[in-house]
Amino acid sequence: MKNWKLAAWLCASVALPVMAHAEELEVTHWWTSGGEAAAVGELAKAFDASGDTWKDGAIAGSGGVARPIIISRIMGGDPMGATQLNHGRDAEELIAAGLLQDITDVAEAEGWRDIIKPISLLDACTVDGKVYCAPINIHSWQWMWLSNKAFADAGVPVPANWDEFVADREALEKAGKIPLAMGQQSWQSNGAFGVIAVAIGGPDLWKKINVDKDAEAARSPEMTKVFEQADIARQLSAKSTVQDWNQATNMVITGEAGAQIMGDWAQGEFAVAGQVAGKDYTCLPGLGVNKIISTGGDAFYFPVNEDPEVTAAQKRLASLIVSKEVQVAFNSKKGSLPIRGDVDLSTVNDCTKQGLEILASGNILPDGTMTLSADTRTQLDDLLTEFWSTPSMTVADVQEKYASIIETAE
Amino acid sequence: MADVTHALGVRAKAGPRGARPKPLFSRRNIMVYGTLGLVSLYYLLPLWVMVVTSLKGMPEIRLGNVFAPPVEITFQPWVKAWAEACTGLNCDGLSRGFFNSVRILIPSVICSIAVASVSGYALSMWKFRGSEVFFTILMIGAFVPYQIMIYPIVILLRELGLYGGLWGLVLVHTVFGLPILTLLFRNYFATVPEELFKAARVDGAGFWAIFFKIMMPMSLPIFVVALILQVTGIWNDFLFGVIYTKPDLYPMTVQLNNIVNSVQGVKEYNVNMAATLLTGLVPLTIYFISGKLFVRGIAAGAVKG
Amino acid sequence: MTQRPTRLFRNASSKLALVPMITITLVVFVGCTLWTVLYSFTKSKSLPRLDFNGLDNYARLWKTSRWLVSIENIAIYGVLSMVLSLTLGFLLAALLDQKIRFEDTFRTILLYPFALSFIVTGLVWQWILNPDFGVQHVVRGLGFTSFEFDPLYNPEIVIYGILIAGLWQGTGLIMCIMLAGLRGIDEDIWKAARVDGIPMWKTYLYVVIPMMRPVFITAIVLIAAGIVKVYDLVVAQTSGGPGIASEVPAKYVYDYMFRGQNLGQGFAASTMMMLCVVIVLIPWAYLEFGGKKRG
Repeated sequence: MKNWKLAAWLCASVALPVMAHAEELEVTHWWTSGGEAAAVGELAKAFDASGDTWKDGAIAGSGGVARPIIISRIMGGDPMGATQLNHGRDAEELIAAGLLQDITDVAEAEGWRDIIKPISLLDACTVDGKVYCAPINIHSWQWMWLSNKAFADAGVPVPANWDEFVADREALEKAGKIPLAMGQQSWQSNGAFGVIAVAIGGPDLWKKINVDKDAEAARSPEMTKVFEQADIARQLSAKSTVQDWNQATNMVITGEAGAQIMGDWAQGEFAVAGQVAGKDYTCLPGLGVNKIISTGGDAFYFPVNEDPEVTAAQKRLASLIVSKEVQVAFNSKKGSLPIRGDVDLSTVNDCTKQGLEILASGNILPDGTMTLSADTRTQLDDLLTEFWSTPSMTVADVQEKYASIIETAE
Repeated sequence: MADVTHALGVRAKAGPRGARPKPLFSRRNIMVYGTLGLVSLYYLLPLWVMVVTSLKGMPEIRLGNVFAPPVEITFQPWVKAWAEACTGLNCDGLSRGFFNSVRILIPSVICSIAVASVSGYALSMWKFRGSEVFFTILMIGAFVPYQIMIYPIVILLRELGLYGGLWGLVLVHTVFGLPILTLLFRNYFATVPEELFKAARVDGAGFWAIFFKIMMPMSLPIFVVALILQVTGIWNDFLFGVIYTKPDLYPMTVQLNNIVNSVQGVKEYNVNMAATLLTGLVPLTIYFISGKLFVRGIAAGAVKG
Repeated sequence: MTQRPTRLFRNASSKLALVPMITITLVVFVGCTLWTVLYSFTKSKSLPRLDFNGLDNYARLWKTSRWLVSIENIAIYGVLSMVLSLTLGFLLAALLDQKIRFEDTFRTILLYPFALSFIVTGLVWQWILNPDFGVQHVVRGLGFTSFEFDPLYNPEIVIYGILIAGLWQGTGLIMCIMLAGLRGIDEDIWKAARVDGIPMWKTYLYVVIPMMRPVFITAIVLIAAGIVKVYDLVVAQTSGGPGIASEVPAKYVYDYMFRGQNLGQGFAASTMMMLCVVIVLIPWAYLEFGGKKRG
């Protein structure tokens, strides 16, 4: 009996100090595709290595499926340890309701304001001077990915900008290629349209519409040009019938399609397929017309928890996310850009380098998730997917509807 | 799947039921069996597609058509779906959620059928002023899309202190099964001859005695229908399971959703199909077993018009 | 228990048994519905908030082309699904009721799709109807090179593609319920009809079907509830596409509540859905349950 007690006491005295620094944190996210899961793996590995335990709560199906689950868990008073959310306007109300953990002390202790670049990422996490999320990466939509194989098969050089690409249409079609791969989901139509809008209409017009919500700018003749190019893109992608974005990316990887307009996360898929930037595929930021990138991205939020141990673990995770090592490991797997300018990027590929150069030159735009509410974005998704798959819908028609959504946008 | 069809074959050979079979090639028979044969083809086609696809390798899927049998049979997709497919970082396939699904299924089915059968019985035989009003409201409830109830129910469960646990989810399944099941039981009990009920009352049987001793034994078919509805609904449920519980309790459909919805480069149709069939096995088995009960219950002459 | 139960005791016991059902009805179905209706007049975004904006949500709803398309789709899908499920379900049940061999086998074949979720149903049919390797591909391979069958990629007919899958999944159950009903019909009625020389179809139409009234009501409620809620099937099969051609109301509700984070808009849409149901259901319920009272 005595021995047993002694043993228990010994065990406890050994285990407790460790316990104090080892918490199991459940983390919800929707990163389940090949490149994404590999990137999360890096983050989890780092968290486990620091003594805590990462409990994975992956839900496939992106924001639409994961979001009600995340919000319900937080509202139900039984929240997860940390959760992915698009930063920007998604979390505003949860913060206002006092449901998300304030991590300002971590941000200040580690000087996030000095290391995070561009600072708009931290601003998106900041409400009333307090920091509520840890940004993990920069994603930009403004990319077109071209299959070198498809153009070689068609016997034409890989185009250097949008107009050249459009001119290659016949050659591609003759070689049995679909010029432009497009998934059928509505956010893809809206995203690709946004890329065309920035490239053809220029950043100022884009800002007028998306930041100032100027409906007159949306009705302007410059915008008509944008819609005309979108109309061409719609014709180029008419034969593409896949659903998911990475199925479309796969068409570019296999050389079935000439190109895809998609954010830089597509690069993760090229990496998983073992393709090399510059050799197997080519990237054109801003469609090769306006070299500019938007700086959206993902961030982790930490729901308020009653257990101080959990709160401490949440803060440890927050600081880990921003750390140099995790930034490099995570972003090289995910195909996104790191959120700090001071990391060693000698290992990154050609396309990421281009992205970093543009980032350094300051040619950046805020992302749609930061400027428009989810509601407005969903309305635009609906409109543009209708446009994209309804050949009878005219440019004038879609432009007017677009402008009226911008008119009521928040 | 192979053993299931085999079992079917055996049962079919067990011989005809009912009256003496008529000559095999009468015009009527050709019409009846011809129609049924054609209809069966339409019904079996997707199953065939699922099975053959799940046994093919990806290169073969990309080349051939969906209806062709596999040239080279591989069980790898089944192994992958059960034990290897990844959900984020957890690469242990559907096996992860299987027992959770069972843990959710059994109490949920029992609770929902118990509440609904008693309610249906009370509503058909022991009406009181206003009982029909409640029933009508309940019926309207059958048409409410689940999605809009998500947040109010989160609030309700939180206040009851059931949020995040198994019993909260059981309660949710009971609630959403109630309208249709109550209707089913009520309509069924309404067809029981009134004389039977009156005789039992004269003999001094009370509410519960009549229910357990008279109604339940003669209601096997309707219990089987209810069982089929609930097992299917609850086993296949994804949304409630994932919203009202925690990862420790996530049902198998969460993994199914993740396997089907997360695309790793190319859609692995063979793994998708294998996962689909594996997930469907439990309700399918229940069908094959209870299908017999269903007929036996009816053959006992329980239903009267 | 030798004496007859008193009236009070009898009522108490049966009412006690109805307590769970009444509680659920009042708290969940009435309570949550009223909650939803109330919040449909607010500016609730991510979280429910009582910040009223009158009928704004409804005004916007009926101006949205996606909502109008959804209504049109559900009307087409609903009418066809109801008519076809009932007729096919009844005809198949009648066929199986002819004292045939292999009844078990046929019934199982017809019922098994119901064991599979809509997600699965959508996935399989998406595949069979895919022009590149499904039915169209196979028929063309047989030599009919101009054969065209791509319902899921043609905005005009995509809703019928969904209907094919929906019927495949759901008719079996209706057939089973009808079969149970048919088996409940007394043999004597058939004998009487035969003696009187009434043809079989007439017996079905004028004698059997009227007798199966409760069975039909159950079937109709099951089908109708399924129609209103059709969501998973569309998501799995087409995600509402091409474009917005196969959108349905439940998906609109879901998308605006969670993806668009506009609870007010989603609640307004679901209130409209419920209103339609109530308008159809109340008169029927009144006729069905209001008239006859049983002692």
